[in-house]
Amino acid sequence: MNEFAGEYTEKHIYQEKEQTGSEIITYWIRDKLFMGLTFKEYFKSLITPLNVVAGLIVLAGAYLIAMRFLFRLSEVTESSNEQPWGLFLSWGLFIGVPFSASGFVIGTAVYIFGLKKYQPIVKNAILLGFLGYLFAVIFLMIDLGRPWRIYYPMIISFGTASIMFLVAWHVSLYLSVQLLEFSPSALAWLGARKLRKVAVGMTLMLTVFGVMLSTLHQAALSGMFLLAPGKLHPLWYTSYLPWLAFISAIGAAIALMIVVTKLSQVFLRERADEHYLSNLDNITLGLGKAASFVLFTYVGLRLISVTHESAWKYINTPFGHWFLVEITILGILPFLFYYGVQKKNVGIVQVSAALTMVGIIMNRLNISLIAFNWQLPNRELFYWKEFVVVIAVVTIEIIVYRWVVNRMPVLRQHPDYIGDEH
Amino acid sequence: MMNRRNFLKIGVSALAFGIAGSGKALATEDFAGNPDRLGMLSDTTRCIGCRRCEAACNKANNLPPPKKSFEDTSVFEEKRRPYVADVQSYTAVNRYTVDGKTVYRKVQCMHCDEPACVSACPVAAMKKSKEGPVVWDEKLCIGCRYCIVACPFYVPAFDYSSAFDPRIQKCFMCYKRISEGLVPACAEACPVEAITFGKRSDLIKTAKLRVWGEPDKYIDHVFGEEEAGGTGWLYISGVPFSELDFPMDVGTTSYPKLTKDFLSMVNITLVSWPALLGGFYLMHHKAHNEKSDKEGDKQ
Repeated sequence: MNEFAGEYTEKHIYQEKEQTGSEIITYWIRDKLFMGLTFKEYFKSLITPLNVVAGLIVLAGAYLIAMRFLFRLSEVTESSNEQPWGLFLSWGLFIGVPFSASGFVIGTAVYIFGLKKYQPIVKNAILLGFLGYLFAVIFLMIDLGRPWRIYYPMIISFGTASIMFLVAWHVSLYLSVQLLEFSPSALAWLGARKLRKVAVGMTLMLTVFGVMLSTLHQAALSGMFLLAPGKLHPLWYTSYLPWLAFISAIGAAIALMIVVTKLSQVFLRERADEHYLSNLDNITLGLGKAASFVLFTYVGLRLISVTHESAWKYINTPFGHWFLVEITILGILPFLFYYGVQKKNVGIVQVSAALTMVGIIMNRLNISLIAFNWQLPNRELFYWKEFVVVIAVVTIEIIVYRWVVNRMPVLRQHPDYIGDEH
Repeated sequence: MMNRRNFLKIGVSALAFGIAGSGKALATEDFAGNPDRLGMLSDTTRCIGCRRCEAACNKANNLPPPKKSFEDTSVFEEKRRPYVADVQSYTAVNRYTVDGKTVYRKVQCMHCDEPACVSACPVAAMKKSKEGPVVWDEKLCIGCRYCIVACPFYVPAFDYSSAFDPRIQKCFMCYKRISEGLVPACAEACPVEAITFGKRSDLIKTAKLRVWGEPDKYIDHVFGEEEAGGTGWLYISGVPFSELDFPMDVGTTSYPKLTKDFLSMVNITLVSWPALLGGFYLMHHKAHNEKSDKEGDKQ
């Protein structure tokens, strides 16, 4: 791994000399893609034990994905007519999307409410959101029966009464919005100053648009199960499903930001600047306070919903016990966050955030997979091949994230654009 | 399909109900379907379990031959759903023993008046045809399988073993035969007239006449008259429907109603957020400007 400090001064030296065309291209590639190294050096720097493991996982996943497209969906999944949606959608869509609310939650705080305190993490939040949606679409492509028709709801035929139609439109629109929202960082990396200025100018409009789209499709994702009252277990089925999904997505996004912030402090320290690193504890405590409030609201509404659907009578059944595990985890979190914030203990807040992620992953897994079609006997939840594909795609997502953070100003400010931050 | 007029109509009637404070869902009343739509009536007291309907269905729809022949009664040892009946199939007959009596029940798509699968389909590939059958357009289907998730009767199936042409499989009430003026294959094949094909409104009368004519023989209920907002396929029975694995939790509300409230929030949300957020932004933006103005004054 190279040092970033020298990168920009080097660039200026190159520019002082007369350059041939091929030199310009070589330097550009070296500078932008190989982080200032020659191809050989860069290639060597990639061969680390961790990268080799990652590579093997991706290979195994790629093989299975190829099997799925060449032969059949049942080759790699446990999906059946008794379990139409499997782990691909549970993980990629129903779990991936709520955590990807990070972009809109932090974006709204900074750009709409003017909470400048969270400025250092906003670019990271938007990048995580964008990648989350991008990979949700990739998971969807793997799972769709006829993926080559993925654009049909947009152009060919409109099922306007379908919540999935809403989700399709919103996810694709929001993916574009997030790409534009992140573009200032990418354009700073490419040195496209004028274009970047245009992109920065759109920030407010994009953020508002992002909130409109996010509210609806976050709610709509769980809302899709409104159509299946007899099939989703009564402890999870409620007419409040959409709003519970929306509120918990905000909680999920905050928890993800706390956890990723901690991870970046450990693993991506050299990619971050002082402006980022010095503010993290303060930011974590602020996020913890917000998480406490959001999750308190969520758990309250959740308990009311169970009463509203008069589903408490199922509590002393296996599904009831499983429900208790989920609600206990989610139920202690608001107090844990509150305690951590009161004691100004960043560690407690971080542990609470990790536990929040566990709780919300459980919740979405229950709604979309475990408690769905609960009345049918003998369901297999997922096949090991499905699990390998999920791990492989997540590995690719992490690699892409690292690739971007290594090159673009995400955890740091670009020296040429300080004071011009969007 | 929900077009704009229907959408508005249902929206307005929902509003009217809301204002009137009446929580009663009158599912069949605000459904403006074709009054002459067709349907089927299954009389489980007549069915003898000969499986000729299954064979006729298989032939009429060009489905692959079954592993066990249609004369083999060993299939009755398990309760089959159409899609797990040992090979692709659109229907299956199951055997039940209730109080020592042997009863057969044919399972297939119910052809709901307002189908959950139709409202689930993001590309309108599933449609309630004017004639009555719920049909599927393979040129539009993207293979998302939300129809399978939505169906309260666990009917639609997906061909997981096909990578390039995975089809949604379910009974289409022999839509093609109906268009040619023929009777659906199963009704034609039935030797004991356990399956009757006709106008849904006439079938309800037929069903009630039979039930009222022999009140000791029949349960006083026509399954499908109101279930899930009304279905095109109706059943009458001599034993409680719950004994024959009929889903008794489907209620009488039509399924599209379950998502209507949420979908009606869409426009409100789209309008409210920009106004609210714009306001918030201006509030702090203005405060910010005033502050810098004051700072400027000091200098």
